[in-house]
Amino acid sequence: MIPSEFEYYRAGSVDEALQLLNEKGPDAKILAGGHSLLPAMKLRFNNPGALIDIGGIPDLSYIREENGYLVIGACATHAQIATSSVLASAIPMISETAGIIGDVQVRNKGTIGGSIAHADPAADWPAALLAADAEVVIAGASGTRTVPVNDFFQGLFTTDLNESELITEIRIPKPSSETRSTYIKFEQPASRFAIVGCAAMVTRNNGSCENVKVAFTGVSAIPFRDHQLEQELEGKVPDESNLDAACEIAAKSVDIMGDHFASQDYRRHLAKVFAKRALKTVTG
Amino acid sequence: MATFNLQINGKNQQVDVAPDTPMLWVLRDHIKLVGTKYGCGVSMCGACTIHLDGEAVRSCQTTVSAAEGKSITTIEGLSEKGDHPVQKAWLEMDVAQCGYCQAGQIMSAAALLERNPNPSDQEIETAMNGNICRCGTYTRIKQAVKTAAANSQS
Ligand SMILES: Cc1cc2nc3c(=O)[nH]c(=O)nc-3n(C[C@H](O)[C@H](O)[C@H](O)COP(=O)(O)OP(=O)(O)OC[C@H]3O[C@@H](n4cnc5c(N)ncnc54)[C@H](O)[C@@H]3O)c2cc1C
Ligand code: FES
Ligand code: FES
Repeated sequence: MIPSEFEYYRAGSVDEALQLLNEKGPDAKILAGGHSLLPAMKLRFNNPGALIDIGGIPDLSYIREENGYLVIGACATHAQIATSSVLASAIPMISETAGIIGDVQVRNKGTIGGSIAHADPAADWPAALLAADAEVVIAGASGTRTVPVNDFFQGLFTTDLNESELITEIRIPKPSSETRSTYIKFEQPASRFAIVGCAAMVTRNNGSCENVKVAFTGVSAIPFRDHQLEQELEGKVPDESNLDAACEIAAKSVDIMGDHFASQDYRRHLAKVFAKRALKTVTG
Repeated sequence: MATFNLQINGKNQQVDVAPDTPMLWVLRDHIKLVGTKYGCGVSMCGACTIHLDGEAVRSCQTTVSAAEGKSITTIEGLSEKGDHPVQKAWLEMDVAQCGYCQAGQIMSAAALLERNPNPSDQEIETAMNGNICRCGTYTRIKQAVKTAAANSQS
């Protein structure tokens, strides 16, 4: 369990990390919590020539409320997010997601920035961040840009991030006090990654559902918002029959993954069941 | 190579290693603290669990650079005489079978009780599920965590 040779640099600031990325070229990779990248290197799935460790950069792991947004530094660990009182009161779905990633040791080291940059199709963050309409702040040589999470995930382990950039922040619009949200998953029992993960967020106006947002991870190669399902429920006063009708079409127009853990049919079934459970929680 | 000043079990230790060296190797090969075990090396088993500033982390995936400046505790430093409440409960319940995973189990249990002195069954399971035991001592582990909690309360 020894990775192949690589150079190691510890960046003291975002600028220094960007400069190193630029100097070392496409063979370099950012290292954050190391809980996806280092195992992958030891198993020889990945052989970067240089690692640029951003774990020592001061103040990249903040969590705060700022002008109507909840902002989370890229190096905030899952454990920090799970226990943040700012997030627990403003958007419990985010705390719930962080609290069920992997195990204690993974949560103590793994970071939100690392998870979304890695873009594992079974990772938990994508569903919750899609439902929350989050944005990703990306720093590069020519300044920073902000990308909606919806455009960020592009495929299996593939994102909008280019090789000379790094994520500095995740921004989540603070939901109104009428909004409820949750994230639940059917987990792979050994790794605890999501076989199917579903995030739901609903605002109620005189009983009817507004701004229905339902997002899935684990179901297809790209995490996605299920707009068809959302439309089915939008404007309705939720009851057993219209929730059933909406969830019946869960994941209808995506290519569903099938593997030795769960077949395509089983994943589609789980998507329906978990959408229903999540929606019942936020509308009950 | 670079020089690192580490705080291990309350003592200052200087090591000369490459900055990306996993703490597991620093502890075992350089400082000769071999209580922390190498199970898988890829973050899957928890045998290598240590505390960084009181939090349970996997030392096989934690670089020495990330540990510098933090307070590092290994199984050897949990108590001076092996009488930490968790260690005593482990003896009382006769938890270990082959013993290989147990240093990691004890470190996870100690970190849990530090932040939650009276955990529920569910909380014990959630806190301990990063530690695998090939001998299947899970039921005794759970009993011992409860025993340690009860003994610390009284
Ligand atoms: C046993 C185990 C169980 C796990 N279970 C789950 C689970 O249930 N659910 C889940 O979602 N995840 C799970 N994970 C993954 C875990 O959440 C990882 O910590 C996370 O995916 C990666 O975060 P990291 O900080 O460790 O990133 P690293 O491993 O350091 O990096 C991962 C990738 O992201 C890039 N990167 C990191 N930070 C940045 C940045 N700021 N900007 C640009 N690129 C960056 C790196 O170059 C690398 O390619 C598990 C991991 C393990 C070991
Ligand atoms: S040796 Fe570190 S988790 Fe297995
Ligand atoms: S006691 Fe043997 S592996 Fe746990």
